[in-house]
Amino acid sequence: MEGFQTINSKAIPLLLINVDTDAIIPSREMKRVSKRGLSEGLFAGWRYKSNDSRELEPDFILNDPEYNGAKILLGGDNFGCGSSREHAVWALHEYGIRVIIAPSFGAIFYKNCIRNGILPILLSDQNIEPLSGKELKINLENQLINDDISFEIAPADKEMLLDGLDDIELNLKHVDDIRSFENNDRVKRPWAYL
Amino acid sequence: MSEKTLFDKLWNSHTVADLGDGVALLYIDRIFLHERTGSISLIGLEDEGRAVANPEKVFCTMDHIIDTVPGRSDTTTMEGGREFIEMTRQATAQAGIRLFDIGDQRQGIVHVTSPEQGIVLPGLTLVCPDSHTCTQGAFGALAWGIGSTEAEQALATNVLRVEKPKNMRVTFDGELSAGVTAKDMILHLISAYSTSGAVGYAVEFAGTAVSILSMESRMTLCNMAVEFGAFTGMIAVDEKTVDYVEGRPFTPQGALWDQAVKDWEDLKSDSGAKFDKEIVVDASKINPTVSWGTSPGQSIAIGETIPSPESFTERNQNIATKNAQKYMAVTPGTRLNDLKIDAAFIGSCTNSRLTDLRRVAKILQGRKVAKGIRAICVPGSTKVKQDAEAEGLDQIFKDAGFEWRESGCSMCFFAGGESFGFEERVISSTNRNFEGRQGPKTRTHIASPETVAASAIAGHICAAADLEEV
Ligand code: SF4
Repeated sequence: MEGFQTINSKAIPLLLINVDTDAIIPSREMKRVSKRGLSEGLFAGWRYKSNDSRELEPDFILNDPEYNGAKILLGGDNFGCGSSREHAVWALHEYGIRVIIAPSFGAIFYKNCIRNGILPILLSDQNIEPLSGKELKINLENQLINDDISFEIAPADKEMLLDGLDDIELNLKHVDDIRSFENNDRVKRPWAYL
Repeated sequence: MSEKTLFDKLWNSHTVADLGDGVALLYIDRIFLHERTGSISLIGLEDEGRAVANPEKVFCTMDHIIDTVPGRSDTTTMEGGREFIEMTRQATAQAGIRLFDIGDQRQGIVHVTSPEQGIVLPGLTLVCPDSHTCTQGAFGALAWGIGSTEAEQALATNVLRVEKPKNMRVTFDGELSAGVTAKDMILHLISAYSTSGAVGYAVEFAGTAVSILSMESRMTLCNMAVEFGAFTGMIAVDEKTVDYVEGRPFTPQGALWDQAVKDWEDLKSDSGAKFDKEIVVDASKINPTVSWGTSPGQSIAIGETIPSPESFTERNQNIATKNAQKYMAVTPGTRLNDLKIDAAFIGSCTNSRLTDLRRVAKILQGRKVAKGIRAICVPGSTKVKQDAEAEGLDQIFKDAGFEWRESGCSMCFFAGGESFGFEERVISSTNRNFEGRQGPKTRTHIASPETVAASAIAGHICAAADLEEV
């Protein structure tokens, strides 16, 4: 995955509490064998007037032309709670979201964000409200919003995002260990290899 | 301390690197995929431009989405199911992975076909993006379920980073009564110690009542380790294990076989090995057990009455009991025998192997399913189906009034395709009785295959021993 770059974008305010992953991507939208093609189903229950017609619901914030191409989403408490489906994050990423700012997140959703190149930022309600609709600059390296609001993130998570590393790449850092394990093991347990 | 548990031996022999904080990089010997959650891993890898490191150690089967109706094709009752089937076929072909496709004799539910083909072996690590992978721990292997992204990790690197669980031993001592099975043992255990009783543990099943079980019954026991909350379940290797494994298509041959058998001798916990937790169960006290609620832990012996919510002092338990009884439409004080059923299902990775079907056939022989009851048998693999047909078991099932299906997961779970009806009461040899598991509002009672067969005949929940003589 690409490393996380500084993001400049308008912030879409979706200031609801308990936005669960079923709302982010309903089950019926996950009928594909892919992490791709999910953005169309993002917030489908809210974004479209009806399930079948896909006619846009003008009142839903994502459909406001002002936020076309915006990369930052502002959320309420417990954002991404519920089902562990990684599809929620895949859909958000494909749609173009790179940063989600909320007072708290669903635990699995938070991890899934880190793993898939989305920066989850924890900020208090009072600090989020004033950012609504504003043009923001998010710098992960310095952990700063607009050069003046700082945020916390675990060093390992930061590293994973900045370097664009995934579990596979982390494992491959041990490629020598894996090779030498295999070489020894093939001698010790030849029957285990097909 | 030099005495080691079976789990520690398996863990140590696969540790590639110790990453600190109790996390290790574990070497993975076998990876199994299926069309529902496995295909997405392969396609994910491909999208990232990565390759499967060792395709020869990866296997894939079609079980979750394919139809099980006779004469099936790629068309599924689940909307969009065909795409899963076709994508799986493409992705496995491209990666050079063996696929047990529709029409292949090796096709079947992953946890049935893997042991049958000799893919899981004692002393191996095996992972699959499926929570019931623990079934295969019955062979003295370290087998556990993972997520789709983790499967990508294993496919690309042959290793997984895993946090080490603690050691638990569950000892079933004493002799099982006639008609009591491995399914009753595990339901009894989970109802006594709860569905979170083993969270954070790898569980070894031991004791005289376990050694006496056939390999197929040992798989039933390990299958539901995940319903006990465990990381996985496992059983030490003995003669039965070795006998079962010998001569299967993917088992080692010749000199390699001899060496393997020798290596496997050590695949048991040393006497004096320390466990973080020990549970001892008196096997002679276990009776045929059936679930009354919406969690496998909500189970009782058939003759007992359904508990009242007030009998649980803990608030969450109390609420869970109320909710479950509402969903299941059962009332406190009712005996399970008094519950009429609408349908009976024999199938799933828990109980659909040849010996399960043989035991059921014995009960069905000369009897008929009660009027108005829909009874279905779905053999666990195409081989099980063929072997059963060669013995004439299919005829016994059909004569009794059972539908005889092609192999697959079928109505063990509802994926949007075929299901039992709205608010229908089903007795099922499967492993999960969650709300909606077998269809919208369907009420599932899980039980041994014997109890399912007997109930189908009686028309209400019934132990095999209580059937009238024929
Ligand atoms: S039979 Fe049921 S529990 Fe077993 S793998 Fe299939 S869906 Fe899962």
